[in-house]
Amino acid sequence: MIVLDNVCKTYSTGVSALNGISLRIRKGEFVFIVGSSGSGKTTLFKLLLKELEPSSGRIYINNKNIGRLRRRKIPKMRRGIGVVFQDFRLLKDRNIYENIAFAQRVVGKPAKVIKETVPQMLALVGLADKAEAFPKELSGGEQQRASLARALVNNPPILLADEPTGNLDPDNAWEIMKLLEDINKRGTTVVVVTHNQDIVERMQKRVIRLDKGQIVSDEKGGVANDR
Amino acid sequence: MIGRMFFAIRQGFRNVGRNHLFSLASIGTITACLFIFGIFYCIVANFNYMIDKAQTNVGITVFFDTSMTEEQILQMKDAIDLRPEVEHSEYTSADEAWEDFKEQYFPDGDEGILAGLDNDNPLYDCANLTVYLADTSRQSDLIAYIEGLDGVSEINSSGIIADSVTDFSRLISYVSMGIILILALVAIFLISNTVMIGITVRKDEIAIMKYIGATDVFVRGPFIIEGMTIGLIGSVIPVVILRLLYTRVVDFTLTHFTILRNVLTFMDVSDIFRILIPVSLAAGLGIGFLGSYLTLRKHVRV
Ligand SMILES: Nc1ncnc2c1ncn2[C@@H]1O[C@H](COP(=O)(O)OP(=O)(O)OP(=O)(O)O)[C@@H](O)[C@H]1O
Ligand SMILES: [Mg+2]
Repeated sequence: MIVLDNVCKTYSTGVSALNGISLRIRKGEFVFIVGSSGSGKTTLFKLLLKELEPSSGRIYINNKNIGRLRRRKIPKMRRGIGVVFQDFRLLKDRNIYENIAFAQRVVGKPAKVIKETVPQMLALVGLADKAEAFPKELSGGEQQRASLARALVNNPPILLADEPTGNLDPDNAWEIMKLLEDINKRGTTVVVVTHNQDIVERMQKRVIRLDKGQIVSDEKGGVANDR
Repeated sequence: MIGRMFFAIRQGFRNVGRNHLFSLASIGTITACLFIFGIFYCIVANFNYMIDKAQTNVGITVFFDTSMTEEQILQMKDAIDLRPEVEHSEYTSADEAWEDFKEQYFPDGDEGILAGLDNDNPLYDCANLTVYLADTSRQSDLIAYIEGLDGVSEINSSGIIADSVTDFSRLISYVSMGIILILALVAIFLISNTVMIGITVRKDEIAIMKYIGATDVFVRGPFIIEGMTIGLIGSVIPVVILRLLYTRVVDFTLTHFTILRNVLTFMDVSDIFRILIPVSLAAGLGIGFLGSYLTLRKHVRV
């Protein structure tokens, strides 16, 4: 599903963020990516979304070399990947319903489909009664659930979450993790970047550890030990 | 698809409303640009129209050597009438010329002095042929031809006046095109700034749209609509103003400069605006599109 072959990324500033990353993530897997700040985790996600181009190496998503993708085809590729960020990135001038519907409007879903799907997603993340609320009227955990609903509303086979629990207290963080696990059980491939050792240990999933742009360990049920 | 278009249009209008100040400045500049264009267009179009009219009315007048008999002149007239640039010609004999002269300057018939001259026509050498042209631009060809004929003594034509008038109207066109070009560039620059503000304000939204998988067209659509709306408003205003002014100015000129009434034949409102309206709208929309598209191509890419 996701294959990286000796991928390097050096920024124009000369910072070398990734140094020869090779990995394979299978369909339906749940993977943690851990590593200290600046180890290249976010850079890796940006490469997968084709927001950045690798300096060398190849990236395959669904057996397609995305380096060969024409610019015109990038949007279509991105529709297969849901993304969640630490800072939620909801649109402040729209309510929760509209934020989620927005993702469907962008890909041109008909109004009828939107009316059906959005309430389903809200129910899935437990926000059925918050549809009319604006982002600032929600707690951090609720906002992250809303952004998760937005990432999943178009049914992408892959979900990337960059520190989804970074701004949340332990209880809310655990809720979100449970939600991600549910989503994974429904067949979505989930890749989560996190600094939360506690969660990594409790979840007992595959853990890929980066350090200075290289993979230093990759274990099933791994333990996250920041050095 | 239609839903997507409505989305873009709604967003586009919303943006125009959001950045009033820059939108107003852009609209103002386009209005000024197209207003000036409209004024010059009206002037130049009417100028050319009047010159055309005047030239066909005046024609050229050919005088002959006194040795030429009336029969010879009429033969020459037949030859001239066959020329493609000639519409028709009229022969005036020396006697008719004298009658015309008397009628024009002594309409009351001051018989005393003039009667004595009737048998000794002072205009004995003024038999002439007035040639009306079908195609005024080929006047010089015709003059060259007639000059080459035997028995022609003199040719009077309005050619020189017509030429300098044409030069003048060409000068006006060039100056106005220069001004219009500069204003159009300023307008494009202002629109590009207006759109840039919109892009900055909606930076987060655009970033999210890209992550979700929005196409370039989808993200850019609202901004293009914004630019073109500004262009459209900026072109409708001057057209409306000019339409209101045109008939007034024409009426004013005709009532206050009665002497010129014969020279000043203005074009019909509908003839002017049949061209001015589509050209202005196209120019406004074009400026709006260019201003926004150039900015978007640089700053909003998937
Ligand atoms: N746009 C950029 N231009 C130049 N250098 C960058 C850019 N983005 C990141 N870097 C550098 O690349 C390296 C990796 O950054 P990255 O954001 O991938 O780290 P990270 O693992 O996500 O860190 P964190 O856990 O703090 O989010 C860092 O040294 C960072 O300074
Ligand atoms: Mg990061």
